[in-house]
Parts: sequence; C-alpha cells; structure tokens
Amino acid sequence: MGVGIEVNNLNAWFGKAQVLSDIKMSVKPNQVTAIIGPSGCGKSTYVRCLNRMHETVADAKVSGDVTVGELNIYKNGTAAVDVRRRIGMVFQKPNPFPTMSIYDNVAAGLRLNGFRNRRELDDIVERSLRLAALWDEVKDVFKKKSGASLSGGQQQRLCIARALAVQPEVLLMDEPASALDPISTGKIEELMFQLKDQFTVVIVTHNMQQAARVADWTGFFLMGKLIEFDKTQKIFTTPADKRTEDYVTGRFG
Amino acid sequence: MMRTRFQQGLDDLKEKLLLMGGLAESAVESATESYLRRDPSFCQKVFSREKEINQAEREIDEMAVDLLAMQQPMAIDLRFILAVLKINADLERVGDQAVNIAQRTLDILQGTPADIPVDIGRMAGTVSTMVRRALESFLDGRAEVAEAVLEMDNIVDRMKDEAFITLVAKMKQDPERTREYLDALLIARNLERVADHATNIAEDVIFWVRGADVRHNVKQMRASDDRQ
Repeated sequence: MGVGIEVNNLNAWFGKAQVLSDIKMSVKPNQVTAIIGPSGCGKSTYVRCLNRMHETVADAKVSGDVTVGELNIYKNGTAAVDVRRRIGMVFQKPNPFPTMSIYDNVAAGLRLNGFRNRRELDDIVERSLRLAALWDEVKDVFKKKSGASLSGGQQQRLCIARALAVQPEVLLMDEPASALDPISTGKIEELMFQLKDQFTVVIVTHNMQQAARVADWTGFFLMGKLIEFDKTQKIFTTPADKRTEDYVTGRFG
Repeated sequence: MMRTRFQQGLDDLKEKLLLMGGLAESAVESATESYLRRDPSFCQKVFSREKEINQAEREIDEMAVDLLAMQQPMAIDLRFILAVLKINADLERVGDQAVNIAQRTLDILQGTPADIPVDIGRMAGTVSTMVRRALESFLDGRAEVAEAVLEMDNIVDRMKDEAFITLVAKMKQDPERTREYLDALLIARNLERVADHATNIAEDVIFWVRGADVRHNVKQMRASDDRQ
C-alpha cells in the first residue's frame, strides 16, 4: 500500500544557491500528485529530496523534515539505501541496464538486496512486468532479449517495472513521458492511474495537460517556492493564486 | 505576452459574442416597439435579426470548440470559453423570444386595440436594461455589474406576476376580449423569459471572472426574499 508524505520546512541548496525554500506539503497516500512549474523552479530537486537523491550531487545540501509513512528520511541513522528502496524513482530518459535481459533488469534491485530464491524472483518479475503493463508485449522474450532492444515507451515501462519490483510504497516519476510518443505517453498515464491503488505516485511534468489528466493533486512551484497546492481540478479551473493562473494559462513560463 | 495567437482567438470570440448580443438586444427592442406602436414593420426586422443570430450562434460555437480543441485552455481562459458557449445559447434563446413577441404582435394587429391595464413598455424597458447590463458586464468582465442584473430579475418576476393577476381578472370581467388579454399576458411571459436569459448571462460572467458558481446561492437568496 502507498503511504503519505509529510514535508515540512524543506530547504535545498546547490552550493550557496538556494533552490528550494521552506516547502510544506502533505502528499496523500494512494493518490497521484503532480508537480508543475517552469524550468528551474526546483520541481526536480524537490522530488529528488523525497528519496535523498539530492544529496548525491556534490555541494548539494538539504534541511527540513520529510516523513514518508512513519519514516523520517532525514533523521540521523536513517540509511539512504533504505529510503530509496521504499521510494522508487523513474527518470525522464528510460535507463534500462543495456547489457542485461529484460528479466535481469527487473530482478536487479532484488538481487542487489540479496534476494536469491529463483521461483519467487520469477513471480515478482512477472508481477512487476504485469503491473507496468509490459508483460503481454515481452512474455515470450523477456529472458533472452536485452532491455535496450525495446522501444522507448517499452523501456520506460521496463524502468517502472524495475522500480516496482522492490515493492516500494512511493513511486517518484520525473518527466516519465516527455521523451515518449503520444501512444506510449497514454500507456504511462493509464498506468499511473492503475498504480495508485497500490502506491503513492508523485510525478514531475512540464506538460500541464498531463498533470490535469493524471493527477489528483497538483503543486505549482515557482523560483523554489511552493506557490499553490490543491486538488488538480481546482488548480486548472479556479486557481487561488494569480501566479498559478498566469502559469497554467500560458501567460508565462 | 505569450500565446498571442490564442489571445487573438479569445479576443475574436469575445467580439463576435458581443456583436451577437447587440443583435439579440435589438431584436427584443424591435419586437416590443412593434407591439407598443402597433407597427408590423418592426416585426420584419425581428425575423431578419433572428436569422443573423442563428448564424452567429453557429459561428461562435465553432470558434469556441476550435479553441478548446487546439489550445487546451486552462483556468480563467477555460472558464471564459465555457461562459461564452453558455451565453451564446442564451442569446439565441433571447432571439427566439423576440420572434415569439413579434408573431404574437402580428396576431394582435389583426384585431382592434384593447385597453391593456399593464405597462408592457415599462417591463420591456427593464428587460432591455438587463440584457444590456449583462452584455456590459461581459465586455469588461465586471462581476459587480452582473450582480446588479441578478437583482433586477426579481423586479421583472414581480412585474410578470402582477401582469398575470391583472390580466386574468380582466379576462373574467370582459370575456369578449380574452384573446387580447391572453396575448398581452404571453408577451409579458416572453419578456420575463428574456430576463431569465439575461440572468443566466450574468451568472456566467460571474463564473468566468470569479470562478464562482452563484446559481444556487442566488436561488436560495431569492427564496428567502420571497418568504419575507
């Protein structure tokens, strides 16, 4: 099941440049939350703070609280690896391990965690590929064909399957469909809708229509600040803040 | 300003709807003139206006659908286009009411003038003002002007109720001329319908500008007014 995420007083820096200021957000469990905003507004940094990826960049710094379910991910003693196992991530560009088969790509995370039971692994790989709506397309070849042999849209669903295999509670997606054609985009969007039964989904997108189509909640970021966070329907029909309205109507950004 | 083509499309849509509003307003005025002056020449104006209104309705629908499909409008732009589509339908109905009044007038002109103890002229003046104000509120997106239109609807409703009571009483007193009284009553009802359309237009302007649906609040407000 998905869990909620409570973000309080979150700040982030690259060197001396502050890129996120005092973010407060309550991400609802088993819902899709979209993060929108113009380039450079901090939206990617924000989701990277939700699974401690931000700190992997040299000179990057974070302060504040992020609680995923019961786990305060920035508390001393919380291991980044544990955090990232509970919070999966999918990136803009599909990045399957090119030399591995489809099967091995999906199994990689579990094997890394020391999982060795072959039969259970088979089950999990199949279940993950089914969840990612890729199973029907690869079931006859997935042990032989490499991940890199798939189309872009299939590769992205493979990356989603790989993220789901370790059974995370939250799935973060940073522009997961921006490199895909409309058909593949449609599949990913449909998938998000189905995945929210089992996971909490947070998606960063440049495409406002996509946010409107897939998200239950939408947060608008501008210059490192969360300007407005509300039900998606509210953000796209009657936003409360003039800056949100200007952005969603295309008057800037 | 970004999206200049889109903005141009919105401006064109607004201009077209205002033109249509002018046609609908003048159709109602010509129709009531024909009744008040007993002059059938005004009726012909109404009928030709109605054709122009119907043509404009189709064009506005098409422009609005194109913008929805091609530009994926959001927030205030989306509300504007939705409001235009609804106002468009209301204006077309205003044109139909003008035609009803004109047809009724042609019927009345077949007979001799009757003494109608109801001030249709005053009612028509109030209704025309409502239509004009509703269009003004749309022109500049002024919700406070739209609110004033909502208030005026109560006045027209009362005028119609009074006309109903007076004319039904006259029918009983003077059954020979029932037809003339009934025609006047129906014209009062057509005017009251025009006022309802003006009210709808005002509500749509408030929805566009403020994002607020005032339809039910207003009904509740009126219900409590009626009880007092």
